[in-house]
Amino acid sequence: MLTPVEIEALLLSLRIALVAVACALPIATAVALLLARVDFPGKAVVDGIVHLPLVLPPVVMGYLLLITFGTRGPVGGWLHDVFGIRFVFSWTGAALAAAVVTFPFQVRAIRLAIEAIDPGLAKAAATLGAGPVDRFLSITLPLALPGVLAGAITAFAASLGEFGAIITFVSNIPGETRTLPLAIYTAIQSPGGEAAAARLAGLSVALALAGLILSEWAARRVRRLMGR
Amino acid sequence: MLSVDIRHATGDFALEVAFTAPPTGVTALFGPSGAGKSTVLNAVAGLLRPQGGRIALGGETLFDAATRVLVPAHRRRIGVVFQEGRLFPHLSVRDNLLFGRRRSPDARSGPAIGPVVDLLGLGGLLGRSPVTLSGGERQRVALGRALLMRPRWLLLDEPLSALDMARRAEILPYLERLRDQSNVPMLLVSHAIDEVARLADRVVLLDAGRVEADGTVAEVFSRLDLAHLTGQFEAGAVLHAVVAGHDPAYGLTRLTVDGGTVTLPGLDLPVGSAVRLRVRSRDVMLATVEPQGVSANTILSVTVAAVKTDGAVAYVRLALGGQHLVSRITRLSADRLALAPGQPVYAVIKAVTVDR
Repeated sequence: MLTPVEIEALLLSLRIALVAVACALPIATAVALLLARVDFPGKAVVDGIVHLPLVLPPVVMGYLLLITFGTRGPVGGWLHDVFGIRFVFSWTGAALAAAVVTFPFQVRAIRLAIEAIDPGLAKAAATLGAGPVDRFLSITLPLALPGVLAGAITAFAASLGEFGAIITFVSNIPGETRTLPLAIYTAIQSPGGEAAAARLAGLSVALALAGLILSEWAARRVRRLMGR
Repeated sequence: MLSVDIRHATGDFALEVAFTAPPTGVTALFGPSGAGKSTVLNAVAGLLRPQGGRIALGGETLFDAATRVLVPAHRRRIGVVFQEGRLFPHLSVRDNLLFGRRRSPDARSGPAIGPVVDLLGLGGLLGRSPVTLSGGERQRVALGRALLMRPRWLLLDEPLSALDMARRAEILPYLERLRDQSNVPMLLVSHAIDEVARLADRVVLLDAGRVEADGTVAEVFSRLDLAHLTGQFEAGAVLHAVVAGHDPAYGLTRLTVDGGTVTLPGLDLPVGSAVRLRVRSRDVMLATVEPQGVSANTILSVTVAAVKTDGAVAYVRLALGGQHLVSRITRLSADRLALAPGQPVYAVIKAVTVDR
């Protein structure tokens, strides 16, 4: 049904989305905790920067990534010189782009979940002998789990669909950075590619639907585990 | 011994409180809402850092502004029962109970879960989720959870105020059993005089961020100069009494107090039990001659210790052996009877108005 090239695009998309979400999730959780529970000067600025990818055109995000993480960019150059890590024209760059663009989804969902938790519970845990890390792991994180899960699934789905930032930052290289949306775009551009585009589009719809159903099922299961 | 001497100001409210609580029994922080009771409790628990002063428990300094000592809440081993229980909704009742015990360094020498479950009647609840519990059940679990961490001190922050009358009546006996059987000193924060009278041994009376009085429950609640703080309608003195005998035919119990006998509707307690009675000031009637032909069964021969008038009302402090009663009558009655310190009078009390 699917050609090897199409399967390759599918697997690449899944891998990029998975790596993007897995790497961003701990950072997103930390940032969400910071924004939800700590008052510090410049909080509004941090909040703004976190949400920037949500309102900036993806192409601008890709451009910013290119000048920052390109081999001659300040961060990318250093990473390349010191560790030999290269993001441009590589699937890891695509994952980075997907992670940055979908970061606000994760932070928002987790932050809302943490803000919904009664801060008195963590105080009660403190009086019962739980230190700060213990309180986070045994109270805040389990209670925020539905939000963490929802954020991760939304970010995963959005990563699968990321187009502008990826094509701007790491280009459209078959087998390396050509994810599903890029493959669909390429198929539409080439003569006689309509059938392939339709198949890949159908696949995208199926993936998105599966993601939504999975998210709903997971949320329900977590709620039941927590007795609510 | 718990010694507290702290200063804290927020907005236009300034708190300056100093008191000590003995390492046994229940000390109540009593006062109207906004007196600063909860601020003090949070400072002792380590949930609030006062702006100045010192808090020490036994020989250990928990907080000292001068030397910049602040022991964090999770290292204080001070148990807290909050107004709303604050059970962890994602854990079962059993895991809630064990939360503090699992984190206590010497939990094994403390109470085991079995006796605490029995003491608080939690047997049927262990596998349940806290979300499914009634308000009263939740407070009992919160009590058990705090007790099982083997606290050095137990702080109760208005533990009954979120409950309706029926639930309060359900929890009070558990709190009494806890006081009598657990050997953990307690600090009870409350604005309900009946709770304090029933549970506490000592009272620290707070008003507008200051200590107005500090002493035994009987002393503080019979002081006339504090009548405006100990309440108008519900105010009353506390008497220590001993069950002397029962009258099954009439369903009554006779109790002896210093220099007199009080008759109450039947108490389910063995002869010789010590009981505290709260006699509301408004329920004590005075007579200069021994009344005849009245329905009240309790007529105590007392001596007027002091009279304080306040508008149309007069508060009369009455000495009964070593204890005190307060009667709230009109100023007209006080003048009519020409009440003066040292004068012997009779205090008439209706049995059904007395709280035990």
